[in-house]
Amino acid sequence: MQIDIKQARSYYRQMLLIRRFEEKCMELYGYELIRGFLHLYIGEEAIAVGVMDAADAADAVITTYRDHGQALARGIEPKAIMAELFGKLEGCSRGRGGSMHLFDAKTRFYGGIAIVAGGLPIALGMALADKMMKRDRVTICFFGEGAVAEGEFHESLNLAVLWKLPVLFVCENNLYAMGTALECSESEQNIAKKASAYNISATQVDGMDVFAVAKSAKDAIAQIKKNNSPVFIECLTYRFRAHSMFDAELYRDKAEVENWKQKDPLIVLKKKLEATASGSQLGEDELEKEIALVIEEAVEFAKNGTLESVADLEKFVYSPKVQQ
Amino acid sequence: MSEIITYREAIRAAIQEAMKSDERVFLMGEDVGRYGGSYAVSMGLLEQFGSERIIDTPLSESGFTGAGIGAAINGMRPIVEIMTVNFSFLALDQIINNAATMLYMSGGQFNVPVVIRMATGGGNQLGSQHSHSLEGWYAHITGLKILTPATVQDAYDMLGLALKDPDPVLIFEHALLYNNKGELDKQAVPIPIGKASVRRMGKDITIITYGISLFKSLEAAEILSKEGIEAEVIDLRSLRPMDDETIINSVRKTHRILIVDEGWKSGGISAEIMARINELAFYELDAPMQRVCSVEVPFPYAHHLEQAVLPQVEKIVAAGHKLMEEL
Ligand SMILES: Cc1ncc(C[n+]2csc(CCOP(=O)(O)OP(=O)(O)O)c2C)c(N)n1
Repeated sequence: MQIDIKQARSYYRQMLLIRRFEEKCMELYGYELIRGFLHLYIGEEAIAVGVMDAADAADAVITTYRDHGQALARGIEPKAIMAELFGKLEGCSRGRGGSMHLFDAKTRFYGGIAIVAGGLPIALGMALADKMMKRDRVTICFFGEGAVAEGEFHESLNLAVLWKLPVLFVCENNLYAMGTALECSESEQNIAKKASAYNISATQVDGMDVFAVAKSAKDAIAQIKKNNSPVFIECLTYRFRAHSMFDAELYRDKAEVENWKQKDPLIVLKKKLEATASGSQLGEDELEKEIALVIEEAVEFAKNGTLESVADLEKFVYSPKVQQ
Repeated sequence: MSEIITYREAIRAAIQEAMKSDERVFLMGEDVGRYGGSYAVSMGLLEQFGSERIIDTPLSESGFTGAGIGAAINGMRPIVEIMTVNFSFLALDQIINNAATMLYMSGGQFNVPVVIRMATGGGNQLGSQHSHSLEGWYAHITGLKILTPATVQDAYDMLGLALKDPDPVLIFEHALLYNNKGELDKQAVPIPIGKASVRRMGKDITIITYGISLFKSLEAAEILSKEGIEAEVIDLRSLRPMDDETIINSVRKTHRILIVDEGWKSGGISAEIMARINELAFYELDAPMQRVCSVEVPFPYAHHLEQAVLPQVEKIVAAGHKLMEEL
């Protein structure tokens, strides 16, 4: 197999950035510099990175509370995200959102929705608007397999197909919704197959392989634009860490977790490269150093950030008065 | 005989006792079994009672809440756990259109003895989709009973009372109360649903509150007492039905009213309390009624902003002063 080393290096860099960023978050949570719920994406990085590679700057992204990975891969600045986690005004949501509610208009990143399946109907509406205005762009909607049991999932899939909406549904199937394993929540555990019942083009992809995800997302977006219809991708993945910072992980085996760690997307990419002549060109140490610096800067930026004045507490409950 | 346990343990004990004494009782909700409950209330119950009575559900709030209502109509006594009040909105149709109406629209034939428990409230920096106190808003719905246990004793008693009630009962457990310790006397005769409790006697002002705000109000009352203002503190316990009698008796005694509620003011339960006092005891008032509620914003994440939103002891004390200024 031919691998574009530049491409591979870029994927690796982005995945490593997410990994190290979140490891830092964990540490900072221990120091109580980050509070509230903190859901880590560690283990699932290949999905965000692969899908965002397929996305155009004009496309829109909407995701769940487990949103650091997509936010970083979409290009929101690490320091704006870190400042958000610190609750600072310089954060991408002014410190009002926190970990679960990252937003960024510049990159068309619409959150950070913390109600399971709550983002799907919104994605439909965004795509509907694009369709009505004849804009050639796609709305990319991420959600966990837990969302598949909600009514909103089913209503959204049906409508997306019925109305031929340009939505890319990306299901991140990490096998657990908090402590509920897939087999305890789904009558049909092949989510792509379940989605197919709505007459949507749906495939399963190895979510630990960034190349596979990127290819499948690129194909999907091309297909959405060509056929004027939504596409569904189920990414098979695993979260290496607890659901959030308050999870004793009573529901799964340590051995199972260790087993999945063999499929770490960073390792998978490295192995692929090693199998080719470009094996030595990844420049891992260099990337580690560069990323360590980026993260250090982000933490400094967040620490030095300002707290929003309490006087502005009620700002943005409604839109500010339009200037005449 | 009483023991000191946490609010969480009190609810768990009440579930255990109900399940032991009544085979119709079962617990159903997201992650109540293998995970041990999102707030660890049901930790260990799966091992004790098995998966037929401690039922882990998929993420399907409307589906499983509706199933609880259906099972209740058909002879069971389900306890449905919804992780937090924000997620209960996915089940609103079932709660409001089915549970609350069934008895009435069937001409009295089908009552719905379901108990729905959920966490409520802010203070944990969980942001705008996990922190709101919307029990007052549910209290708008006729056909439902709305309970808000603040003490460990009430956490225990109310679950048992709710299960014995023939109609749908919603229990709102403030998320910051689960670790609170308090006294539980299992032999004590429970205060019935719909009765408020005077938690502190006073002659100068009346603070009407419920849930976690009870503790802030009691703290404020101690501060006011040092200044010579004796506050009576009423714990409503039940927002629907509401105990007008206890409220009005206190109005007649102190003539000065302060309401403390973590919900928002507009159209909230605090407004309802004021309206009732207005209707029933307007001429007893010596000063305009005061309210300390959450600032009307979706809950922010940043700690200092969230604390600024919430009712605080200092704000309650300040409102107490204001009440006493009016002669
Ligand atoms: C409607 C709703 N119900 C319950 C929750 C609580 N909750 C948060 S995350 C989660 C599990 C979701 O799992 P999944 O969709 O598979 O995503 P993952 O966390 O695995 O990424 C639950 C139950 C919620 N946020 N929203």
